[in-house]
Amino acid sequence: MANDIIIQTEQLTKRFGDFIAVDHISFDVHKGEIFGFLGANGAGKTTAMRMLCGLSLPTSGKATIAGFDIYKKTEAIKRSIGYMSQKFSLYEDLTVKENIRFYAGIYGMSNKYIKDKTALLLQQLHLEDEADKLVGSLPLGWKQKLAFSVAIFHEPQIVFLDEPTGGVDPVTRREFWNLIYEASAKGITVFVTTHYMDEAEYCNRVSIMVDGRIDALDTPVALKENFSAASMDEVFLQLARKATRNDS
Amino acid sequence: MQSVIVNNLSKNYGKEKEIKAVKDVSFDVSPAEIFGIIGPDGAGKTSLFRMLTTLLLPDSGNASVDGSDIVKDFKAIRKKVGYMPGRFSLYQDLSVEENLNFFATIFNTTIEKNYDLIKDIYIQIEPFKKRKAGKLSGGMKQKLALSCALIHRPVVLFLDEPTTGVDAVSRKEFWDMLKRLKQQGITILVSTPYMDEAGLCDRITLMQQGKLLSTGTPTEITGSFKQTILGVKAANMYDLLKDLNAYNAIEDAYAFGEYHHAVMKENSSEEALQKYLEEKGNKELVIQQIKPTIEDSFLRLMKS
Repeated sequence: MANDIIIQTEQLTKRFGDFIAVDHISFDVHKGEIFGFLGANGAGKTTAMRMLCGLSLPTSGKATIAGFDIYKKTEAIKRSIGYMSQKFSLYEDLTVKENIRFYAGIYGMSNKYIKDKTALLLQQLHLEDEADKLVGSLPLGWKQKLAFSVAIFHEPQIVFLDEPTGGVDPVTRREFWNLIYEASAKGITVFVTTHYMDEAEYCNRVSIMVDGRIDALDTPVALKENFSAASMDEVFLQLARKATRNDS
Repeated sequence: MQSVIVNNLSKNYGKEKEIKAVKDVSFDVSPAEIFGIIGPDGAGKTSLFRMLTTLLLPDSGNASVDGSDIVKDFKAIRKKVGYMPGRFSLYQDLSVEENLNFFATIFNTTIEKNYDLIKDIYIQIEPFKKRKAGKLSGGMKQKLALSCALIHRPVVLFLDEPTTGVDAVSRKEFWDMLKRLKQQGITILVSTPYMDEAGLCDRITLMQQGKLLSTGTPTEITGSFKQTILGVKAANMYDLLKDLNAYNAIEDAYAFGEYHHAVMKENSSEEALQKYLEEKGNKELVIQQIKPTIEDSFLRLMKS
């Protein structure tokens, strides 16, 4: 099974001066897996994710992303992944079509490919009538679904999602997860952070970060068993309460 | 007397008032009640709060806060309400202590005079009182903002999405703080996109696209959900959801954490569903009765 590992980290560490933001984390993610990356605010999730995306160099430790070394091949990593977050997703003052064209162009897709796939995508998202509207005028839920589709438009091997559903209504939140399931079924690995504990249940496996370390990593079912908890919410609270970092 | 009375309040934006942010909204809040406005981004929660705190004029309807009219008596209201906006809006280049002092002075009071009210919250950030507010972490900013909103001992407190983007542990702590404020007699109106926080309010209203869908105690709202909900899980949850949605005795099916929720039509049977799902090839099938939650109620009201 070793050859289906798409993210591998070994003792990955990031220091800022005396502060150890990410403290020797080691884990593997398999191809096509939906991997939930949980942790309290300040636990080190964003710093870890920035390293995995090739945006920040580790202080020590090893990692490969889609087979590329995290120190030497950051540009190859960037081409192999997609990224979206609640804070940064699309350009509000460009239209739906322009945003798709812009991102696909950055990833070097051909004009023909962009044209054909845009039509298909707009149809799937029921956004045909909105194609020439500014993204800023769309409801948040639509924006987030579009942002996700744009993030996987170039068919990356891994997509990183940083709190993609924050503030989104419960119906759209579920539609968003359907898109995640579809992407995963196509073999795209999904690496996702969330504060909604019901969403942790939708992941194949979940890791929980506390004070820069990964304190637990398993399937939701196994985590609940190990912590004698009725829900992922309880598992999370048991672990996160142990945190000693004063960041809350 | 009710702390907050809202009658047919509306707010429209745009050149031709074509964007209807708040539509004909009415509700009351009792003194020392925690009243939750539950709804996603864009539901109109912030517009509603800004009207009640006299920062925005309504297009029609009227409302009063602690007996004062939100249009005529706006000056009186500003003295007696506390408002914590969704976006952090303290002075980033002032220290923690300077921010708090500033707000106390504006309201003609001192930190010492009302320290007992904010003590529980402020004590957690007091070790950092010389730090600039802009350099605080999210959780600490939230505590400072709440302290500043409370320093003049308001009668009614408005909290606009205080827990958005905040992790589960900090969210629980925040709600414990609100319970203690309620015991001090403060009326609290709080908005949130998290359905699980609804159960922590005395009464709630569900808001979507400018309208209130339903108002009542959390138990009243879930109690009005009359249909049977079955929780279903299987080895492959994605295939299971597709099968559930294709079944004609199911009105609606959606993901809900570990189990999918299936809202059953009348006269449907659990046995028939089990048989159907087994025939479809679902493995490790578990079916159980589920009590409706606020989120189930919200989903049903949104779709109807």
